[in-house]
Amino acid sequence: MRLAELVTAFVIALFSLYLMWESGEGPSWDPTAVRFANIGINVNNEGPGSGFWPFWLSLAMFICSVMVGINWFRRRSPPSRSRDRFLDTYGVKMFALVGGGLVAFLFLIGLIGFYGAIPIFLFYYIYFLGKHPWWLAALIGISAAVFCFFFFDVAMRIVLPKGALEPMFIPLYDIFL
Amino acid sequence: MEVVVLLLDGVWAALQPTNLGLAFLGVVIGLFVGAMPGLGSVNGVAILLPFTFVIQEITGTISSPMIFLAAIYYGAMYGGAISSITLGIPGASTAVATTFDGRPMALSGNAEKALVIAAIASFVGGTLSNVIFTGAAPLLASVALKFGNPEIFALMLLAFATFIGLSGDDIPKTIISICFGLVMSAVGFDIISGAPRLLLFDSTQWFSRGIQFLVLAIGVYGIGEMLWTINSSRDSLKMTEANITLARVWNAIKSFPETWRGTTIGSFLGFFVGILPAAGATPGSLMAYGVTKMVSKNQEEFGKGRPDGVAAPEAANNSASTGAMLPMMTLGIPGSPTTAVLLAGMVIWGLQPGPLLFTDQPEFVWPLIGSFYISNVIAVTVNLACIPLFLKVLRMPFSILAPLIFVLSVVGTYAAYQNIYDVWLMLIFGIGAFLLRILDYPLAPAVLAIVLGPIAEPKLRQSLLLSDGSWMIFLERPIAGPITIAAIILLLLPLYGFIRKRMKARKAS
Repeated sequence: MRLAELVTAFVIALFSLYLMWESGEGPSWDPTAVRFANIGINVNNEGPGSGFWPFWLSLAMFICSVMVGINWFRRRSPPSRSRDRFLDTYGVKMFALVGGGLVAFLFLIGLIGFYGAIPIFLFYYIYFLGKHPWWLAALIGISAAVFCFFFFDVAMRIVLPKGALEPMFIPLYDIFL
Repeated sequence: MEVVVLLLDGVWAALQPTNLGLAFLGVVIGLFVGAMPGLGSVNGVAILLPFTFVIQEITGTISSPMIFLAAIYYGAMYGGAISSITLGIPGASTAVATTFDGRPMALSGNAEKALVIAAIASFVGGTLSNVIFTGAAPLLASVALKFGNPEIFALMLLAFATFIGLSGDDIPKTIISICFGLVMSAVGFDIISGAPRLLLFDSTQWFSRGIQFLVLAIGVYGIGEMLWTINSSRDSLKMTEANITLARVWNAIKSFPETWRGTTIGSFLGFFVGILPAAGATPGSLMAYGVTKMVSKNQEEFGKGRPDGVAAPEAANNSASTGAMLPMMTLGIPGSPTTAVLLAGMVIWGLQPGPLLFTDQPEFVWPLIGSFYISNVIAVTVNLACIPLFLKVLRMPFSILAPLIFVLSVVGTYAAYQNIYDVWLMLIFGIGAFLLRILDYPLAPAVLAIVLGPIAEPKLRQSLLLSDGSWMIFLERPIAGPITIAAIILLLLPLYGFIRKRMKARKAS
C-alpha cells in the first residue's frame, strides 16, 4: 500500500504537469501564439485567457500531489502507514478477471457488436466467475440482449453497433423498424 | 396562499397516471438500489439518467423524467435501511448511521420493529422537509434572482470549501479530486472564446467534444464503486431473518411515537445539513444520530439497539435529500452528489437550473415538488408492504447483479452519446476510480466538479473581466462577500484543527 500511495502521487504529479503544459497551448489557428500567453488573469484586457482555469487548477493538483508525497514520507495518511498489500491475491485475481473481462467486453463490442458481446460477457461472468448453472447464465445473457434490442433499437431508435453480426439483424429491422 | 394553489396544482399533475406510474417505478428502483450493498441513490440516478431521454420523448414533458429520478433518490433513502438492519452493512453511505442501532435491534429479534421505525421515520422526515422546502424555495429563488456572476461563483466556491472543510477526508486528496473534475470539464474547447484546448495526447477523436459528465459519473459509480464492492465484500454476508407478521408490524407502528425525539431532530437537522452545498444526506444522518444521542437521557443505550438511534438517521437522510434539492433548484448549486447528477440531467433536458426556473418553468417546478409528496407516500407504502419481498431480493447473488450493472453502465454510456470512445473513457475512469478508492481518494468531489465546472468557469472569468482582474470583487459585494468569507473560513477549518492538535501534542509532551 505504501509503494502504491507514492507511485500514485507521482503519476498524478506528472499528469498535472502535462495538463499545465497542454493548458498553455494557444489556439491552433494562431501560429504566432506563444505558449502560456493564455493563462493570465487579464489577457489583452479581455479578462482571463482560455488556459487560465485549467492551468492554475492543474498547478493546485500538482502542489497537492507533492503534499501527498510529503504525507507519505512523514507517514501521516492511513495508506502510507498501512502494512497491507495494495491488492492482495484475491484482489489481483478479481481485478484481472473482472477488469480484464470488461476490457475484453469492449473489444468484443468492436468486433461483434453489443448484441453479440452482451450474452458472452454475462455468460463469462455468471457461469465462470459466479459459478452459477450454465443455463441460468445463458438465460440471463440472452434475455439481457433481447431486452436491450427492444429497448434501444426498437423503442428509443438508438441503433447500437452490431459489428460483424449486422447481416443477422436485417430481417429484424424489416419486422420491427 | 399562492404557493398553496401552485402546490395543489403540482400535486394534481403528479397524480396523473403517467407521472404516478413513473414515481412508483422510480421508488421501487430506488428501494432496490438503496437496499443493495454497493449501490446507492447516486449510482441509480447516474446509471439510469441516459434512459430518461426515452421518458422525455414519450411523455413530451420535462418534469416526468425528473419525477422518475427524484423518486429513485427518495426510494434509495428508504431502501438503505433494509440492508443496514438485516445485513449489518449499509445499503448506501446515507444509511451508515442506521446500522449503529438498527443492527443490534435485528440481532435481538426486533428486525421488523427496526424496519418499520425506519420506514415511518423516513416518511415523517421526508414530509416535514417537503413542507419546509415548499415554503422556502420560492422565497430563496426570489432572493437568488438578484445574484450576479460573482455571487454564483462564490456559492460554488462554498460548495467545494464544504467538501474540503467538512468531509473529513484527506485534504490534499480531496483537492486533487476537485481539481481533476474541474480540469476535465475544461477539456475540448473554451466555452467563452470557442478556442480548442486540452486536446489531450493530441487526440481529437477522444477529446474534441469534451468529456461528458456522465462518462465520469458512470465510470466512478457504475464501474469503480462496483469493483471496490466486489473487492471489499468477499466474505459471505449473513442476513438476519425478520419475523414479519401483521400483528408484529402493527405493534411496531404503535411503538413509533416513542421515537419522537430522534425523528424530530433528524427531520430538522437533516434538512439544514442537506441545504449546505455539497454536504448531503450522509453527513446529515451521522450528525442527527450524534445529536440525538447527545441530548438523550439514556446515552448508554445507543449502539445497543435503541429505536431513537434508527429513527434519527433515517428521518435525517430523507430530509437531507429534500434539503439538497433546495440549492439545486433555486441557485443551480447541488447540495449532494446525487443532486449534482440531477442538475446535469436538467441541463441535458434543456433546462437552466437556477432562480429563473421558478418564474420561467412553473410547469416543471410544481409538478416536481408535488411529486416529492406523492413519492414519499408511495415509498412508505411500498416499503411497509413489501419488506418480505425486499428481504428475498437482497439474497440475489452479487455475482449476477454486478455483471448486469456493468452491462447497464456500458450500454447507458453508449446510448447517451453514441460514441464508443466515450465508453472506453468511462471504463478507464472506472478502473482509475477503483484504484484511487483503495488509496482513500474521495471520488464524489470529482463528479460534483465536472458538473459545476462548465458553470463555474464562465462565472469566474466574467466576474474577473468585470473587475479588470481584481479578486476583490468576490469580497466587496454585499452578498458575494459573506459567502466568500464563509468559504474561506471553511477552507481554513482543517488548518485550525491541525494547529490545535499540534499545540495539544506539544503541551502533552
